[in-house]
Amino acid sequence: MDIQSICVIGGFGKTGEAEKVERFELKMGDIISIVGPTGCGKTTLINDIELFANQNTPSGRTVLINGETMPEDFSFDPKEHPIALISQHTNFLSDLPVGEFLKIHAKVRGASDPERLISETLEFANQLTGEAIIISTGMTELSGGQTRSLLIADAVIIGNSPIILLDEIENAGINRTKALELLKQYRKIFVFVTHDPHIALLSDFRIIMKNGSMEKLICTNPEEMKVAGELGKIDNLMLNFRTFIRNGQEISGSMMKEQLNILTLTN
Amino acid sequence: MRLIIFAGPPTCGKTTVIRQVIRRMIRKNHKPAYLKIDVLFADEDKIIREEFNIPSRKLYSGELCPDHCNVVVLDEAVEWAQKEGADFLFVETAGLCLRCSPYVENSLGVVVLEATSGMNLPYKIGPMLTLADIAVITKIDLISQAEREVFRYRVLEAAKEIRVVESNALYGIGIDPIVKHIETTNELEFPMFLRGNPPVGTCTICVGKKEIGAKNHFGVLRTMEHDLFYIGE
Repeated sequence: MDIQSICVIGGFGKTGEAEKVERFELKMGDIISIVGPTGCGKTTLINDIELFANQNTPSGRTVLINGETMPEDFSFDPKEHPIALISQHTNFLSDLPVGEFLKIHAKVRGASDPERLISETLEFANQLTGEAIIISTGMTELSGGQTRSLLIADAVIIGNSPIILLDEIENAGINRTKALELLKQYRKIFVFVTHDPHIALLSDFRIIMKNGSMEKLICTNPEEMKVAGELGKIDNLMLNFRTFIRNGQEISGSMMKEQLNILTLTN
Repeated sequence: MRLIIFAGPPTCGKTTVIRQVIRRMIRKNHKPAYLKIDVLFADEDKIIREEFNIPSRKLYSGELCPDHCNVVVLDEAVEWAQKEGADFLFVETAGLCLRCSPYVENSLGVVVLEATSGMNLPYKIGPMLTLADIAVITKIDLISQAEREVFRYRVLEAAKEIRVVESNALYGIGIDPIVKHIETTNELEFPMFLRGNPPVGTCTICVGKKEIGAKNHFGVLRTMEHDLFYIGE
């Protein structure tokens, strides 16, 4: 399916009041975040997008693809579905080895060079995980982080979905800054549900949810972009400590000083 | 009368799909009746009757295999549904043996498969899948899109002509296409015949007598009203 834009028209919040954000539109290449406290309706919003809500979900929202609602007889054949949703609880349940699974998926998608796609997918996933995924491992044996990394890599490369919805990838223990950096190389629409200020500020705009309702839309301004850079450095500091701890090192005050020095030097 | 037979492994979501379908059928002014055939325990007849106020029954196959039970009582079940004024009879069967298939000619055969049940399921369940008209894949919200695609591919590899419908029946997603197929089902023709060839065996159904109805069989039988009895030498 050729996707140029996707538009969400607001419905109602939990109190029954009309949403303050009446509509928003996403074009190819856009990255946005959905933010707000837990229980405020972030996941419901991306579920509405995935289902092409047409005032037939509890929120009463409407989703337009290229300016039109999806026809009623839209085929639910997943390979025609332009949206890949990677939810917080998606796990692999398949009893196949990673390599065989990816091979079948590439075949389903009619790939001309499946071997290249498979190695590209694994390479992408392995940049996000701690320990590399071994191709002969069973899908169900992968760790949570490996699973999430492979799901993202598969949706982007083999699935080649034009619209990708990611629900709280920061919870999966993967390298999220690296994920964002890699994802930006692909021209797609990315929607992040996130509690991470760094991801939120690297987005083109963010939607603030409250009480099941789209409350506010903020476009990232130049000052925020600068702050995003600073937050990235703090993120790196945390990542460095994570590496120290994962490597079995003992942490000292001088390590902290050194890391803070790097932080201020680069300011 | 039109006959819709649902089969599928236990807990795959058959009843949830049927409830969503019946809700829509009633909205469209059809008159469905429901029969559940199970082995030891079922309360779906009660659930369906209370929810929709339609004619609803259950039968325990007990010592008979559920597919066998289905064959010997289906003619009476159709009569019952007709007497109740129904125009669609929904039969839900446990379909446990994986060698027979419960579908009847000029009916609609629907197999319900759980997306979470493993990539080899389509190869394991034989005629329950290959002789069905529609495969409904349930619980799609629990697995990734990539796995959905691979599962669907495997279903189509096992049953090339089947129509696949993916559904998250709890939320009523993917039900409308099933209803559309049900509405275009042919009128039932009598006498009724089983669609597939039963496996080699020693009971009248197992040796290949495909006529529906206890009167056409001998050996251990039952009817809707009478529990097991024996006809023969």
